[in-house]
Amino acid sequence: MKTLQQERKIISPNETVSQTAEISWRHRHILDLDDFTPAEIEHVLKTTDAMHEILSRPIKKVPALRGKTIVTLFYEPSTRTRSSFDLAAKNLSADVINLAASASSVKKGECLIDTLETLEALGTDIVIMRHPSSGAPYTAVRHIKAHMINAGDGWHAHPSQALLDLYTIIRGCKKDFKGLKVTIIGDIKHSRVARSNIWGLTTMGAEVTLCGPYTLIPRGLNDPQGYFPKVNIETNADKAIAGADVVMALRLQLERQQSGLLPSIREYVSLYQVTKERLAKAKPDAILMHPGPVNEDIELSSAVAHGAKSVINQQVTNGVAVRMALLYLLAGGNQ
Amino acid sequence: MKKAMLIKNGRIIDPSQNMDVSGSLSIKDGRISWLGGKDETPPSSNYETLDAKGLVVCPGFIDMHCHLRQPGYEEKETIASGSRAAAKGGFTTICCMPNTNPAIDSKAMIDYVKSTASAEAAIRVLPIGCITKKSAGIELAEMGEMAEAGAIAFSDDGMPVLNSRIMSQAMEYSLAFGLSVIDHCEDTSLSEGGFMNEGIVATRLGLCGIPAATEENIVSRDIALAEFTGARLHIAHASTAGTLELIRQAKNNGVNITAEATPHHLTLTEDRVIGYDTNAKVNPPLRAKKDVEALVQGLKEGVIDIIATDHAPHTASEKLCEFSLAPFGISGFETALGSLMSLVHNKRIGLNALIACLTSKPAKIIGERFGKLGTLAVGVNADITIFDPNLEWTVDTSEFVSRGKNSPLNGEKLKGKVMVTIYNGKFAYKDESLAVVSK
Amino acid sequence: MTKNIIMNEADIRRTLARIAHEIIERNKSTSDLILVGMHTRGVPLANRLAANIEDFDGVKIAVGSLDISLYRDDLPSLNRQPVVKSTNIPGSVDGKIIVLVDDVLYTGRSIRAAMDALIDLGRPLSIQLAVLIDRGHRELPIRADYVGKNMPSSRHEEIRVHLKESDGIDEVAIIPMPTGEE
Repeated sequence: MKTLQQERKIISPNETVSQTAEISWRHRHILDLDDFTPAEIEHVLKTTDAMHEILSRPIKKVPALRGKTIVTLFYEPSTRTRSSFDLAAKNLSADVINLAASASSVKKGECLIDTLETLEALGTDIVIMRHPSSGAPYTAVRHIKAHMINAGDGWHAHPSQALLDLYTIIRGCKKDFKGLKVTIIGDIKHSRVARSNIWGLTTMGAEVTLCGPYTLIPRGLNDPQGYFPKVNIETNADKAIAGADVVMALRLQLERQQSGLLPSIREYVSLYQVTKERLAKAKPDAILMHPGPVNEDIELSSAVAHGAKSVINQQVTNGVAVRMALLYLLAGGNQ
Repeated sequence: MKKAMLIKNGRIIDPSQNMDVSGSLSIKDGRISWLGGKDETPPSSNYETLDAKGLVVCPGFIDMHCHLRQPGYEEKETIASGSRAAAKGGFTTICCMPNTNPAIDSKAMIDYVKSTASAEAAIRVLPIGCITKKSAGIELAEMGEMAEAGAIAFSDDGMPVLNSRIMSQAMEYSLAFGLSVIDHCEDTSLSEGGFMNEGIVATRLGLCGIPAATEENIVSRDIALAEFTGARLHIAHASTAGTLELIRQAKNNGVNITAEATPHHLTLTEDRVIGYDTNAKVNPPLRAKKDVEALVQGLKEGVIDIIATDHAPHTASEKLCEFSLAPFGISGFETALGSLMSLVHNKRIGLNALIACLTSKPAKIIGERFGKLGTLAVGVNADITIFDPNLEWTVDTSEFVSRGKNSPLNGEKLKGKVMVTIYNGKFAYKDESLAVVSK
Repeated sequence: MTKNIIMNEADIRRTLARIAHEIIERNKSTSDLILVGMHTRGVPLANRLAANIEDFDGVKIAVGSLDISLYRDDLPSLNRQPVVKSTNIPGSVDGKIIVLVDDVLYTGRSIRAAMDALIDLGRPLSIQLAVLIDRGHRELPIRADYVGKNMPSSRHEEIRVHLKESDGIDEVAIIPMPTGEE
């Protein structure tokens, strides 16, 4: 039986790969952005455009993933990321199961591998997992055939968040990533959002500056061996934000003060809160981002959180479209 | 074996006698009865012969730091299975750490290990006793009785002795028995929550790191205490360049200090953890390139005295989980020689120097209470290792004799393999490709 | 591979002129008409038809584009996911006459997917189909309202449509495929 592709096989000698019906997509899983080429990121963003258009229709549904089973397996609580993935999967007509494993079940008794093997035996096509232990998805994919999307593993990676951040920046806000000045401010050391954004942004040619107290900045940065992208480090918030095109604030876990990483939240606010005055030092058309949920008047003043430069709500909307794109791209047949 | 055995045509390397010759040696009644160069003929006798052409013949390897897990954790390893794995790795004497359950902190427990070993072990097993009762770091253990019962050193390995007063008193007390105090140097307030070396790789992987200062802090303290008390200090599994420097200085200042490094710390770096292989999770963690280079240099110069495996077996299911949950440890007996030979093949250290670190030098630290170890002198117990320095082989952990298959080297090609291990004149391990010919 | 050119630039031009007249003739009012080109080559064809209709009738016709990747019935069996392009239809489809425009009509599955996509967008008054080439071998009960050229072909032949907008030249060629490529 001829497939649609063969029916429409009209390839001229001048046609490039991207003009043909199919493109090379080599990711079996989406665990981190550290192995994405700029072309692949661009491909995700283009696919997101199409998904975005679907979200603007009265019927926000297409049959592309009909009959596929998608499981969200969240070992950490999350309303927005989980519902974002849930909606994305449903918009593509997939069947979705949402499993919440409590943090206390992350102990040897209820083995991660056992849970995943059971899910696979039940016929799961894609697992979307959030886990408090960095690297858990890498251990997981060694034991399952289903596809996996990492919805956040410990401090390590949150690729769909970074992709939706990239999409938010480049669609409607900025012209080009090359040379774009992005300042990420907050608890970088414990942030998977920061790490994935650093990979995504530097891959696309942007310049990243990290800002926060040294106790919240990871070690070994700019090591010449090349394990991690090059970044600028600036502990003074005013200097870090000056001239930025994008200011990305990260959520501060209030427990950091108890671990001795900060003397007080009060001092963090006074040194690092993104206020209207600080934000005014960025470029006039700068945008303010935050992965959410925002601790108002801690990492952002409420004025700025709801101000004109904030694109936080767009990030949420774009999140569903980006996740639809990722699910579509992963769900390709016989791989 | 009632017949005498002749091992001929080998390259005999015995650092204890400054020997590196082509020749043969003979074994009779469990002892080395004769040794001679290639132009010499052995005394006539009815020999079983083993042709060691192309092979190195040296004293049996000695490992001063390993975990046999018995009593209490027999699912990971037993004295019997561990000793057989060690034999396959070329070891004829191994010293087991006391962090079992219950801990080896009394004469009764030392007796238990010794009697189990004499009944079930394939090779010589010498126990190390705890420094403090239950390794809790609070009360001194009965070092005198343990020494008398056969302990060869004291250690709370697995944990440091955090309280400096206790450590100081332990060192003072141990002096009477002439045995080393072996410290696992880790400042737990710094290492808490850490899973791998602190640095750029930990940053990339989003894992909480264990900084080098964790080790150097306690090494520094221990050196000061050793100087103060005059005790014999032995630094377990040294892993950082800073530790190396501290030991070098201490030796220059005449402190009675010895140190060991493991095969994995001498050959593997932290980037083995990329991909979150739990088999690369070990304490102290695999370090950065500069640390490995400093350690190898230190081994060459003699700042690091000996090599010890820190063989730490775990069950497969314990390591089959998220990186943060996996226990620390590498099963190292069976890959020790193969991985260390890369240092010789890459001309980082000479073959004789390497063998010394596995034979004569640990023998010196242990002393002669249990016989003359680490030597092929005529008249001593025949503890002999025969290995092929050039044989290439691929590591297959499913073939490990040890119950612990947790090695980061699975699937790796190594060059150098133990072919025969003889303990007290009998084969403790023999590769099937070698034939013993009876005349 | 021997190429047999069955339509040249002039042939295509005349054919598109004829189809445009047919569309005008059949649809009394062109005010509720939208030409929707199917990616990829249906889009420039739709644009050309719209230009023709404007020339002949003086009326500007709305033109849109439709991507059917997400509606394909063969997604599970493809080796790679098709690149999703944009679907862009000016205004709502409710109550409109949609003329789907594509270059080659073959099994009919693309058109089935296109109709599902259009119906998810709203409720058109009717859907018509204009194709440059109908090569037969339908696998579904689908027929074109406007056909440029009927070209019965064997399954072992390939019909290649080239258009200036995407390929630099206007021509339709028929090429025998080496057997075994089906």
